[in-house]
Amino acid sequence: MTEHLAIWRALNAALRDALAADDRVFVMGEDLTKWATGGGIYGVTKRLADEFGTHRIRDTPISEEAIVAAGVGAAIQGCRPVVEIMYSDFSLLAMDPIVNQAAKTRYMFNGQFQVPLVIRSNGGSGIGKAAQHSQSLETLFAHIPGLEVVLPATPDDAYGLLRTAIQSPNPTIFLEHKALYNVRGPVRREPVPFGKARVACEGSDLTIVATQLMLHRALAVAARAAETGVYLEVIDPRTLYPLDLDTIARSVAKTRRLLIAHEAPRDFGFGAEIAASLTEQCWDHLDAAPVRVAGARTPIPYAEELEREVIPDEDDLVRAIAQLVPTSAGIRTSQS
Amino acid sequence: MVTDFPYPRLGRHALDLMRLIREFESRLAGYAAAGLIRGSTHPGVGMEAVAVGVAIALRTDDTIASTHRGHAHCLAKGAEPGRLLAEIFGRSDGYCGGKGGSMHAGVAPHGILGTNGIVGASIGVATGAALAAQLRGQDNVSVAFFGDGAINQGIFHESLNLAAIWSLPVIYVCENNQYAQSAALRDMVANPDLTARANAYGIPTHAVDGMDVAAVYRAAASAVGRARTGQGPTLLVADTYRFLGHMVGDTEIYRDSAEVDRWRARDPIPRLTAELVERGLMGPDAVETVERAATQLVDQAEEFARRSAAPPVATAYLDVYQPDVHQEAR
Ligand SMILES: Cc1ncc(C[n+]2csc(CCOP(=O)(O)OP(=O)(O)O)c2C)c(N)n1
Ligand SMILES: [Mg+2]
Repeated sequence: MTEHLAIWRALNAALRDALAADDRVFVMGEDLTKWATGGGIYGVTKRLADEFGTHRIRDTPISEEAIVAAGVGAAIQGCRPVVEIMYSDFSLLAMDPIVNQAAKTRYMFNGQFQVPLVIRSNGGSGIGKAAQHSQSLETLFAHIPGLEVVLPATPDDAYGLLRTAIQSPNPTIFLEHKALYNVRGPVRREPVPFGKARVACEGSDLTIVATQLMLHRALAVAARAAETGVYLEVIDPRTLYPLDLDTIARSVAKTRRLLIAHEAPRDFGFGAEIAASLTEQCWDHLDAAPVRVAGARTPIPYAEELEREVIPDEDDLVRAIAQLVPTSAGIRTSQS
Repeated sequence: MVTDFPYPRLGRHALDLMRLIREFESRLAGYAAAGLIRGSTHPGVGMEAVAVGVAIALRTDDTIASTHRGHAHCLAKGAEPGRLLAEIFGRSDGYCGGKGGSMHAGVAPHGILGTNGIVGASIGVATGAALAAQLRGQDNVSVAFFGDGAINQGIFHESLNLAAIWSLPVIYVCENNQYAQSAALRDMVANPDLTARANAYGIPTHAVDGMDVAAVYRAAASAVGRARTGQGPTLLVADTYRFLGHMVGDTEIYRDSAEVDRWRARDPIPRLTAELVERGLMGPDAVETVERAATQLVDQAEEFARRSAAPPVATAYLDVYQPDVHQEAR
């Protein structure tokens, strides 16, 4: 029987299984063992210290740069560190070890060293954490040659992608979404390969590429659209790098239309990268220019009314879909 | 060295401020439970003497840079409780129009450069404010508030060194409340004497009893005096404690209640009250007056904040940049 777990528990299970399978794996970060959740800010390391000891589940001082840098060094020397950064916003304090060290070590030293480091953190908005605890920074990392970037949206992917991240010889930025930790679903406890997009919903009228919160919103809209005879194909790339353009291209060849939705600001976001690549690759198949639905060019404001305003909701998706698929005018908005 | 606390001049003011902060901070959990506050809120109940002792040694044009646990710093430096609470509620009358919230509240006219969501960031901002004062030939000083957790960030070390070599007018105030979230200081440093870090950078330093507003004031006033007269930075380490959890919702599994009780017995508010009564600066009956005044102020603040409207959605797009600056270039 397949287990049903919340995302945070699926991640907890992946860490537990990885720690049990490979004694090179260790975890470090702030407030991992004694915080109110029983394990890290959102509970992901719950009870792991009881099972594996505090030498493998290590509480660190508030020293993001040092702990990521120590992760790089330990990884180079044969460990498999999983560093938790409490909020991805704080990974910005560790940009040197991430960008100048982890990402470049293999290349600069001509393959003599590898950096099998995982940096787990959470991004995303929606729960009033305001400007310095709500950013979606995935594009920043995806831009850096040498880094792998993972955006799990379901419990099964959370488990499987984290197992793959820990096994990967490359430095991996693993960005969970803080508003999705309690999303429940089946978990097979199998590794999920990087660079393989998941077709979350099949359809013929429009391809939507979306991650995390936007994926869940796109799926809700797709369900309503189907009631009106409009069939949306929703694709979750799951990893931004490596990026599975082939699956998206195959879909676009069928639907002839492309919409990309992400929570990070639209400008210079990964939506632009996907739109450009697909336009280059599928020009002859496209009936319309690709459309992006994404965050506003603002920091994330605190007040609920303002936070909702700057992040795309289902109605924003419905409007963008109407622009691309004229027959979709009948899709209900969330208010109707 | 300032050797005495001017009880007649500042005693009652300090008590009123501490009582106001206590009342304000004690209500936050209730507001959060009522859905008036989103996200993370960090009350400073128990730590009032540090905020107040430092702030009353400052002028309005002196600046402070604060932390995630910053309401006390703001109130002590002159922020209006109503507008601060409106910000924490995310309302249009908040100091930042609801965009900032508890962790990003700033009040320019009072020199409050903002509470901050990034542990350690206040240290760098205050250092820069001090540099500005020095460069502009002004005699104002700046204060960085930060916790015992923040001292393990690189920016603490880098900033102290900068301030030392440039002799900047900055006072570094470490609020050592013994914990950084769930991490006990004793587990996070090998040398619990945090003043040793100032010695490493050649900066004068004092350990002060952070539960005694008079002691905090004396140390702060001395440091401010040095900074204002071009004698450079100081590190103050104030031993204190937060009586409540790290943030609203914390179950405090990392400490035992006996420890909390021991610190509660050192509550800075009854201590100052007793001093004032003993010195004949306040009748025993005035205790109730002080409490009533604080309750009333926070009642009014609550009323104001509750009535304040939600921010208009159009404001979400304002102040990302200053408008109209690059018009000519286009
Ligand atoms: C750079 C950074 N890392 C981690 C956090 C999460 N965090 C917020 S407050 C806190 C503890 C801070 O402890 P301390 O500096 O002692 O201040 P206190 O909360 O005790 O007032 C932590 C870990 C953060 N906000 N910023
Ligand atoms: Mg502390």
